[in-house]
Amino acid sequence: MSVKLLLVCSIACYPLIGSAQGYAGLGTQVSGFSNPDRSQALKFPHDHGAHPDFRVEWWYLTANLKGTDGREYGVQWTLFRSALSAGNPDGWSNPQIWMGHAGVTTPEDHHFDERLARGGIGQAGVATQPFTAWIDNWELTSPDETLNNLTVTSSSESFAYDLSMSANGPLVLHGDNGYSVKSANGQASHYYSQPHYEVTGVLALADRSVEVSGQGWLDREWSSQPLEEDQSGWNWFSLSFESGDKLMGFILRSENGDFTSGTWIDADGHAAPLQPGAFQAAPLDYALVEDRTIPVEWQITLHEKQISVTIQPVNRQSWMGTLFPYWEGPVTISGSHTGRGYLEMTGYE
Amino acid sequence: MKRATFGALISHWQKHPLQLLALVVGLAIATALWSAVQAINSEARASYARASAQLGFSGLDVLIPENGTIPVTSYVNLRRAGWKLAPVIEGRWRLPKGSVRLIGIDPLSHPSASALTDATTFKLVNLTSPLQIFLHPNTKEKLDGIPDLPPITLTDSLPTGVVLTDISIAEQLLTHHGQLSRLIVLQNKSIGLTPLAVLAPNLILQSANGSQTGRLADSFHLNLTAFGFLSFAVGLFIVQGTVGLGIEQRRNLFRTLRAMGLSLNQLVVLLLSELVLVALTAGGIGLILGYLLAGALLPDVSSTLNGIYGESVEGELALRPSWVLSGLGMALFGTALASGHAFASFYKMPILTIPGFQSRAHTAGTGYKMMAITGSGLIVTGGIAMVLFDGLLVGFALLAGLMLGSALLLPLLLSKILTIAEKAASGALSEWVWADMRAQLPGVSLAMMALMLALATNIGVGTMVSSFRLTFLGWMNQRFSSEIYVSVNNDEQASELVNWLDSRGVTSLPIRWAEISSMGIPIRVYGAMDHSRYRKNWPVLQAVETLWDDVFIGSGALINEQLARRLNLWPGDELALSTDWKVTVSGVYSDYGNPHGQVLVSLSNLLHNVPDVPNRQFGLKLPLKEVPALMKELQEDFDSRDILAIDTTDIKARSLAVFDRTFIVTGALNLLTLGVAGFAILTSLLTLWNIRLPQLAPIWALGVTRRQLAWLELLRSLALATLAAVLALPLGLLLAWVLLSIINVEAFGWKLPMFLFPMDWLRLLGLAWIAAIIAAAFPAFKLARIKPSELLEVFAHER
Repeated sequence: MSVKLLLVCSIACYPLIGSAQGYAGLGTQVSGFSNPDRSQALKFPHDHGAHPDFRVEWWYLTANLKGTDGREYGVQWTLFRSALSAGNPDGWSNPQIWMGHAGVTTPEDHHFDERLARGGIGQAGVATQPFTAWIDNWELTSPDETLNNLTVTSSSESFAYDLSMSANGPLVLHGDNGYSVKSANGQASHYYSQPHYEVTGVLALADRSVEVSGQGWLDREWSSQPLEEDQSGWNWFSLSFESGDKLMGFILRSENGDFTSGTWIDADGHAAPLQPGAFQAAPLDYALVEDRTIPVEWQITLHEKQISVTIQPVNRQSWMGTLFPYWEGPVTISGSHTGRGYLEMTGYE
Repeated sequence: MKRATFGALISHWQKHPLQLLALVVGLAIATALWSAVQAINSEARASYARASAQLGFSGLDVLIPENGTIPVTSYVNLRRAGWKLAPVIEGRWRLPKGSVRLIGIDPLSHPSASALTDATTFKLVNLTSPLQIFLHPNTKEKLDGIPDLPPITLTDSLPTGVVLTDISIAEQLLTHHGQLSRLIVLQNKSIGLTPLAVLAPNLILQSANGSQTGRLADSFHLNLTAFGFLSFAVGLFIVQGTVGLGIEQRRNLFRTLRAMGLSLNQLVVLLLSELVLVALTAGGIGLILGYLLAGALLPDVSSTLNGIYGESVEGELALRPSWVLSGLGMALFGTALASGHAFASFYKMPILTIPGFQSRAHTAGTGYKMMAITGSGLIVTGGIAMVLFDGLLVGFALLAGLMLGSALLLPLLLSKILTIAEKAASGALSEWVWADMRAQLPGVSLAMMALMLALATNIGVGTMVSSFRLTFLGWMNQRFSSEIYVSVNNDEQASELVNWLDSRGVTSLPIRWAEISSMGIPIRVYGAMDHSRYRKNWPVLQAVETLWDDVFIGSGALINEQLARRLNLWPGDELALSTDWKVTVSGVYSDYGNPHGQVLVSLSNLLHNVPDVPNRQFGLKLPLKEVPALMKELQEDFDSRDILAIDTTDIKARSLAVFDRTFIVTGALNLLTLGVAGFAILTSLLTLWNIRLPQLAPIWALGVTRRQLAWLELLRSLALATLAAVLALPLGLLLAWVLLSIINVEAFGWKLPMFLFPMDWLRLLGLAWIAAIIAAAFPAFKLARIKPSELLEVFAHER
């Protein structure tokens, strides 16, 4: 047994990582945590911050950018929180594990990096007054307690970025006022987004530094068991059409039938939840990514909005080879509507 | 033709099996000693490398604090500045059954964890269990009976005596809240980072190869290597003697072969093949012997390293190809070295010259002078190196110069002494005896050198070990001044114990200490209560006058010699135990056998700076004759799982046992060297045997009986041994001084007073005599029983 294995075993103590159920253990029931409550209205800025009594949570930013060099770029910045147990005491015995993922996608390359930290010592966390989310030197900060104006920074061996974002629309609460159902049996999470960011900034790669601008989308979600035990992963789409309308849709995959849901956001920011099954997505083409067959081209249909579009990745190899690996990258939309968006696919073993 | 010639050459060994035996045994012993030491060294090195790789620290730089520890906030600040670091807490975790090295890591940042990003690990992590501690099965015993431990996982991949666990658990067990011992610097090439030197000016970047214990243990291995080399050199003396003889005795044969048309080159090639064959055979035997010897010595080496340096060597002796090759290589190289001279003289031999005995003593005279000049040069070079540089290697250079130089001076010295003796002798026979001895000097001088070196090494190392032992004993008597030492598991048991002792009128002195880390090295800080025990008995080496008053006021501290030398702190200097805990060094005390730094402050000073210091160990003062009764009562009234009581006499006996065990290796090598030297004398006397016969025959013809000649043979051997022993004494004492005052300080961090042990010298002289008698016995016996016809033949063959 090597130390590497020892470490794996040590990490195995962390429920999120150490579970067999669902992707990253998100389908495991663990006692001692709070559960999402439909009657609990979201309160801001409180809910921009961490919910240490829930097991998992994330601050998930993606942006479709265009450089002054005329090229397409995709940027991801994510902070995950996963708790071994509820509570947030000071010191090393803090049970909160923080995980940061950053990625930059170009048509040719996909760069990513990962940071891990535990709570209680200040290495990672989220503060609300003003809003700041950080892990090591990666930061998502606001001058005030709102999410209206944010700057996001990240750096790694192969990339760095420093972006400013300002929201030109309201927050969007998914599902029932932010209570988002994830299975037929009622697994759920609290889920809201800010999909209306205008983004400008600088992106540095090993061989160049480029000014970029485009649109960004921030997701906020927390739960304690967001997946059914038999749900193996999900495909999540955030699509921004040139008409100004936006669509968020997801498929939770299961042997016993997929569960789909989503939200339609019209150009003025008004959001309407989709009925389960209304959002339809069918794979059109697959790519071999890290020895896995992954559906990277999709046909998306939403009859009630006359949406019938094809989704194509900017880079078919947008693989995040992190502790929990997944596919995440920018996509382009063609068909009945055009536009750009982001696609995330998890649970492909 | 070649086969026949080779057969003719080989047949010499059939006629002289003893010579062949001497050659093979000499080379085998030399190879065995050398390769045993190499095997031990490489095993130890592999063991260290394993340990360091297992802990995942190999090849990575480390940030250590300038003083005290690293606050967690500093770690977080560096992380927030973008530096990828892994925090480590490390300390001794004391347990009733001894202490272990406890290492706390953050699995999320530890170097091995960054490699976890492949998909396979995802399947590995199906184990769901709470935080646990990892240790080697051998370490388990020490943790038996400790309550409230996290689940234990046994693993062979950690060194014995190390417990690995999560940083949060280590922090609690070591009571190091919010403090880190070091930060491992992970591979880091992020764009645009501020340099560490700017961000953390009070942290020291230690490069991957600079560990303190490694350097210490290296000195021990250097020591072993020096011993191995010495033995090898002594073994080569034997080889040189026999190879020379083998060539000398076959001159008639060579002449015949050459006359039959064999070219000189062909002959040399055949002779070389013969030697290579012998060297490989003897080398092979030597390797087997060496392997067995290393296997026998390894446990003792391990305990030595453990006792003195805190390093542990584990595992079975592995047969490494590199070791086999180097052993055989050394055997070949040694044979070449030892036979070079014989070959050179053979190569120059005119084809038809009649081999004959010449009085080699005359031609040897100038040779002695050259050797003596070289020898003096070596000694002076060693001395100059000592003055110009310092460090352990220089100490060994001085030793090597001294030993080799003295050996080279020996022949000239012996020849002078024998000349003086010859002149002082009265009577023809005694005059002849001295002259004969001098004539034989060229033949035996190498053996004499070997004997003198072996004796000097014995005296030197023996003096060092015995001086050390005597000092150690005295120190133990001062240091362990309480009659019984007791330790318990927790503070409640401690107060129960104190009440129990009070009710019996037994004085108990609390022994409280905290493990801190200052300047990157672990230091144990003891808190002492003002008691005459300290003022009277503590083994102080250097101190200010107000030593104990300063300590008990709280301003002063005593430090052990190791720490004083390591940090170069002496009375009057300031010692920073942490950023806001500074004390003045008011004294330095001896602390033998301890690899770690130690500080003694007043108890109130300790408690003020380190809260929650456990109070679980006590020294009990009581009349010696009441000790057994109290020990018995302690065992009866307390659960044996809760309490550990040790009688001081027991501690002393155990410490002494550890001490003696530590030097078993030295003793064994010492004795082996002496044995090899004895064998060298035997072979050189045998070598001389045939050459001597023409010299003895005229003496016999003059009326000296064979029996008398035999006695003279023995006496001569004894006289030479005595001379070697007498000359070895000053050299041995010089060696002891270098070991005690230079090598010890460099290697162990303490200086020792030198004591003289004349009885040991006499014993050695006795051993030298025994060796000389055994070596001369066979030739003497042969001489006593020689047929008169053989002696007469000398005249018949008069050349």
